[in-house]
Amino acid sequence: MQINLTINGAEQSAEVEPRQLLVDYIRSTGNTGTHIGCDTTSCGACTVLVDGTPMKTCTMFAVQANGKTLTTVEGLKQNGELHPIQTAFKEKHGLQCGFCTPGMMLTSAALLEQNPDPSEDDVRWAISGNICRCTGYVNIVKAVQHAGELIREN
Amino acid sequence: MTTTADQVGHLHTPPEIGGIGHSVRRHEDDRFIQGAGNYVDDIELPGMLHMAILRSPVAHAKILSIDTSEATALEGVVAVVTGELMAEHNLAWMPTLSGDTQAVLATDKVRFQGQEVAAVIATHPYIARDALGLIFVDYEELPAITSPQQAMADGAVLIRDDKEGQADNLAYEWESGDKDVTDRAFAEADKIVSLETHYPRSHPSPLETCGAVADVDPASGQVTIYMTSQAPHAHRTVFALVAGLPEQNIRIISPDIGGGFGNKVPVYPGYVIATAASLLIGKPVKWVESRTENLISTGFARDYHMKGELALNSEGRILALRTEILSDQGAFFADAQPTKFKAGLFHIVTGSYDYPAAHVVARGAYTNKAPGGVAYRCSFRVTEASYMIERLVQNAAYDIGMDPAEFRALNFIKPEQFPYHSPTGFVYDSGDYETAMRKALGIVDYEALRKEQAEARAEGRLIGIGMASFTEVVGAGNSKDYDILGLKMFDSAELRVHPTGKAILKLGVKSQGQGHETTFAQIVAEELGIPAGDIKVLEGDTDNTPYGLGTYASRSTPVAGAATAMISRTLREKARKIAAHLLEASADDLDWEPGKFFVKGSPEQSVTIQDVAFAAYTNPPPDEQPGLEGVHYYDPPNMTYPFGTYVVVVEVDAETGEWNVDRMIAVDDCGVRINPMIVDGQIMGGLTEGFAAATNQFITFDDEGNCIGSNFMDYLVPTAWETPRFELDETVTPSPHHPIGAKGVGESATVGSPAAYVNAVIDALAHLGVRNIDMPLLPDRVWSAIQNATG
Repeated sequence: MQINLTINGAEQSAEVEPRQLLVDYIRSTGNTGTHIGCDTTSCGACTVLVDGTPMKTCTMFAVQANGKTLTTVEGLKQNGELHPIQTAFKEKHGLQCGFCTPGMMLTSAALLEQNPDPSEDDVRWAISGNICRCTGYVNIVKAVQHAGELIREN
Repeated sequence: MTTTADQVGHLHTPPEIGGIGHSVRRHEDDRFIQGAGNYVDDIELPGMLHMAILRSPVAHAKILSIDTSEATALEGVVAVVTGELMAEHNLAWMPTLSGDTQAVLATDKVRFQGQEVAAVIATHPYIARDALGLIFVDYEELPAITSPQQAMADGAVLIRDDKEGQADNLAYEWESGDKDVTDRAFAEADKIVSLETHYPRSHPSPLETCGAVADVDPASGQVTIYMTSQAPHAHRTVFALVAGLPEQNIRIISPDIGGGFGNKVPVYPGYVIATAASLLIGKPVKWVESRTENLISTGFARDYHMKGELALNSEGRILALRTEILSDQGAFFADAQPTKFKAGLFHIVTGSYDYPAAHVVARGAYTNKAPGGVAYRCSFRVTEASYMIERLVQNAAYDIGMDPAEFRALNFIKPEQFPYHSPTGFVYDSGDYETAMRKALGIVDYEALRKEQAEARAEGRLIGIGMASFTEVVGAGNSKDYDILGLKMFDSAELRVHPTGKAILKLGVKSQGQGHETTFAQIVAEELGIPAGDIKVLEGDTDNTPYGLGTYASRSTPVAGAATAMISRTLREKARKIAAHLLEASADDLDWEPGKFFVKGSPEQSVTIQDVAFAAYTNPPPDEQPGLEGVHYYDPPNMTYPFGTYVVVVEVDAETGEWNVDRMIAVDDCGVRINPMIVDGQIMGGLTEGFAAATNQFITFDDEGNCIGSNFMDYLVPTAWETPRFELDETVTPSPHHPIGAKGVGESATVGSPAAYVNAVIDALAHLGVRNIDMPLLPDRVWSAIQNATG
């Protein structure tokens, strides 16, 4: 089937099998920062923004993204500048192995779009669909709140 | 080799150098935050094929036949590999890191659900999976053994009939300590306290599953295997031994690893099959397992059935410990244990306490479950040991009528007793247990909290205060005692200082998120004064790093960190001679401060380490070899013994059995902290693992051996929502034998915290007489315990 979509600002057109998972399609375009952790929509490593909404792409078909605009971790950096969420994850040690990080940052970026000053509970609830096995989440929460500060300062 | 007191709490380098004690932001993060990490599944090679593995749906069965004809005929399928084909190349079985054997692809029987039966290699991963459905296997089912008690019962069906001389399901038997002395102490005891509990089966489940890309070049015979390996050098040697390949032609590359926690220490059949397939086909073959495959077939952890007893005198002094373990090993004994220690370092079970006698008996049984018993974020079964003693000690305090904290204080090994010889043969290097405990109790205001608890009880509310004052033994290890399959557990560091004063450090260990690219650069920065940001750390490529046993058992800092400090010091002494040459002074007349040599009494006469590095290549002294490079292999004189006290405060709902963590205080002593930010990160991750073990994270099997917990909807790992908040603090007792006084910290919290959470719930119910609830403390188990206690 033919699909047309935009990934990180680049328009794409591709012939895909109806059964192809969106995460596999995204990775096949060289955007390998989108990871596969569980295959069951449980861990969120495959999260990307679909028209601005965080979606887990391991249980979406590529054809469901037809006509959509996607942002993956590779699209967070704009005009050579890191997104505040990226800066904050490094500054607050919000990552260790880095495998959950792209999905975690995209979910958080979407939260901050809606609420640039989230409480700790707001953050914990927002990222509760993204599993991290390394950090214990404390520094991820701090990173998201710090990113909110950076966004509010600008 | 000694650590001076001024290494504690003082920074020797300014932030721009970023030596020990600075919370340097991590160098590796730049690629991870941009999605530019390079994990095994990100590797694409020209002409690469994809492999999928057919796994047994049943736990125990004879294989009568395997029909691969339809699968082979599917368009896009390049090959179907069975055990029969592997056997033709003598690869149907492989050794485990504990000296047992494990089936690569089943030939005779399947012995656990999820065991590897056949593999398909195809042009696309979807086609490979499609073809699995076209392989027809005829099984004759056998009774499944799903517990070690069942395995050891008379008449139990023999699981390992493949092993010559194996007459029962005993995988190993091992003991430590002195039985007679211990029994005498028990005979003289005023009181004996006992505990029988199960540390349930768990799985490390790093977020990245296991996988490999095997690339065999048929022309040159070069074998390159990209692999999710915590121990690439050891794995290279195992591959050479298993496959009979010349070791110089094998290159293992561990790229970025998405978490390991012990899961990526063993050699898995998938790695071997992918390599064999690449060898046979002559093209690269990628295999990446699914989450379910990861959970049902790769190294599980724990599953220890433990009985423990403490002998006490009337004053509350511990006289002796005895404990008996029955471990569920699954179908193959595939731990990665040092050869001498079949039950790992479980004999650290005597804990932080001083008594003369202990006796440990450990037996492992084969069952029809996945193999493993890996040290999940833990140094060889230390988690199980710490859990046993800290639960026992807390119960002993209740039974003898003492406060659990004061009972611990009475029995702690005292600071002046170090080095302390334990009754099971360890020599604890250093410790100050009471100081750490008092600090934790101070943070939580223990006395006020006990009053609050009493008042709450009067109102019918159940508050519990749990503690664990754990001791770990990590950093394996000195070559006299520690080896894996005969490979001594040293580690190595190669340091090359380039002419412009920048450096590259190459290590035999392999980070899986611990931040080695930053912390090891900081050790060099401390010793040589080269800014940490000017030092690249390279790991995980066996062609380009010196030999080492890898990263697990909290051994990277104790062993490779020591090697890094030592080679830095060697190069500093060479640098001193070059500096003397440049300053036209005697080397003995030079003083050093990080980054600079200067003439004693004339600080204006100085050269920087960068000047020296340049001269090493452009103007070396006539009597010195040019260059500023070297390698150091470090065989540690002893293990290191991190410790600490964790205090957990919970409230239990008597009506539902639910419980909530109100506070979690962690005071850790891991010796000198290289990067405090990273240390705290490691501890918080471990506290979460402990919480997981105490609350929800476990794997069970039904009577037929079906794995319950085979995906993240059934195997419940904590999310941000239920994970508690943590309050961290520290004491610093440097390791006296480690060059920089560090002890390792990646596992302390996983080891120490489960008992603290469980003790807190038990403490809330102790007045009812409750002394044990097996983990995980699910609400129904807690509720039942309350019901049983209150009638």
